[in-house]
Amino acid sequence: MQLIECPRCGPREEIDFTYGGQAHIAYPEKPAELSDEAWAHYIFFRDNPQGPFAERWVHSAGCRRWFNALRDTGTYKFLAVYELNEKAPVIP
Amino acid sequence: MSISTPEMPRTPGADLPEHPDFLWENPIAKRNYDVVIVGGGGHGLATAHYLVKNHGITNVAVIERGWLAGGNMARNTTLIRSNYLWDESTAIYEHSLKLWEGLEEDLDYPILFSQRGVLNLAHSLQDVRDSRRRVEANKLNGVDAEWVDADGVKELCPIVNTSSDIRYPVLGATYQARAGIAKHDYVGWGFARRVSQAGVHLIQDTQVTGFLTDGDRVVGVRTNKGDIGAGSVALTAAGHTSTLTETLGIRVPIQSHPLQALVSELLEPVHPTIVMSNAVHVYVSQAHKGELVMGAGVDTYNGFGQRGSFHIIERQMAAAVELFPIFARAHLLRSWGGIVDVTPDASPIVGLTPYENLYLNCGWGTGGFKATPGLGHVLAHTIATGTPHELIAPFNLDRFVNGRLVDEHGAAAVAH
Ligand SMILES: Cc1cc2nc3c(=O)[nH]c(=O)nc-3n(C[C@H](O)[C@H](O)[C@H](O)COP(=O)(O)OP(=O)(O)OC[C@H]3O[C@@H](n4cnc5c(N)ncnc54)[C@H](O)[C@@H]3O)c2cc1C
Ligand SMILES: [Zn+2]
Repeated sequence: MQLIECPRCGPREEIDFTYGGQAHIAYPEKPAELSDEAWAHYIFFRDNPQGPFAERWVHSAGCRRWFNALRDTGTYKFLAVYELNEKAPVIP
Repeated sequence: MSISTPEMPRTPGADLPEHPDFLWENPIAKRNYDVVIVGGGGHGLATAHYLVKNHGITNVAVIERGWLAGGNMARNTTLIRSNYLWDESTAIYEHSLKLWEGLEEDLDYPILFSQRGVLNLAHSLQDVRDSRRRVEANKLNGVDAEWVDADGVKELCPIVNTSSDIRYPVLGATYQARAGIAKHDYVGWGFARRVSQAGVHLIQDTQVTGFLTDGDRVVGVRTNKGDIGAGSVALTAAGHTSTLTETLGIRVPIQSHPLQALVSELLEPVHPTIVMSNAVHVYVSQAHKGELVMGAGVDTYNGFGQRGSFHIIERQMAAAVELFPIFARAHLLRSWGGIVDVTPDASPIVGLTPYENLYLNCGWGTGGFKATPGLGHVLAHTIATGTPHELIAPFNLDRFVNGRLVDEHGAAAVAH
């Protein structure tokens, strides 16, 4: 079981957290103007990279707040954690 | 050779065939094929088989980046059943189950298909209602299904703890008697042997990296060993499909998740059927040799690492020991992971693409082994005729835009 760094509480065990999928998916600005296809892509289609992936996590068994993380989907290693309104950090 | 008497317990493994000799050729790839199948798992091999058998198409290559049937085909827990909820799913899985029932003869190869039945346990009133609904839905679709109460569960699988004082008591179960398991490696090898005899080229250790196109047609595949021309191309690359389609600008709504399984040491026969529980999240069967084969759900996060989290195993073991107290002293022999491709409605994506001769097959997630012959049969039909077979028409990529989802979440998504 790996430790995940909550930005507020510090490192906690993986089972304290819940996964929230890809990060930075913004609600459409003009929903009424969206085509069916654009809606489908907003709702159902997500990136699925092997490597660094920006995603959302919530510290469900702790502060219960959401944050973003950059995690490598090949090694499962957390490369960075950051706030929801921040841009994904660039990892050299 | 000793003469066995009826009292003598059967040696574990005695029913297994001898380790096979070489079963297929390893040819040098030609420049062109009528059909190129990307991915040499069960689905790719089965598709090749039915192209040969039902459509007489033998100028076919199956291209596999690793070794044949070494992906999820080698990692799954081999459960085969057709008691899904929705008509569309039941239809394709039942079609497959019927083919499983004649596959050993068709392939002329032992696949150890054992129809020992499956119990899907219900632990709450809601489970009971959902289960009864599924039983009725199955019957209406001509699939064998029945509801059994807790005593019935005990009769079918005496080692299940049916006492009422456990945390999630067993209130009953659905039972599909025709469900079963097969020996997954032998299934893959049986198909490979058959298609190789018919002249299909099985090209291993070769990775498809992209496509050659001409307008809205695909005319070949790019591989790390050079280009190969193709009359049509079928993608049966499971969790790796989205990486390939992206090179053509086609987005597929799949997310790859680690799914793990484990086996115990060899035990005497104790577990005569298959028992699954979505609610406490464990499923168990006893392999032909005697290991308990157990699985649970996927890890929630995306991953490609072919291993899963330890806490999933911990919860699965807690559930297993409560349901089957006699497992408490069994030793874990090994565990492993596979990467499964999950879709938003937990149903596969199969059919046509914006490229007129490129065919899609992915998103089988945690349950595609049971579909192996059925999918191969209908995909071969689709490739040979250029029109989606009626059984896979509901599973096209368009459904995420037009909203006609086949939502198997809850009904069938969690366990296999
Ligand atoms: C732990 C576990 C338990 C499971 N239990 C069950 C079960 O009990 N019952 C059930 O029905 N299903 C089960 N499944 C699901 C089932 O294994 C899959 O749905 C099924 O194997 C998919 O078949 P496939 O032939 O498409 O995939 P695979 O066997 O994975 O075949 C895909 C092949 O494509 C190859 N490939 C990928 N990319 C490329 C490329 N670019 N070029 C060339 N080749 C490529 C891969 O190497 C692989 O061999 C389980 C899966 C796992 C991991
Ligand atoms: Zn916290």
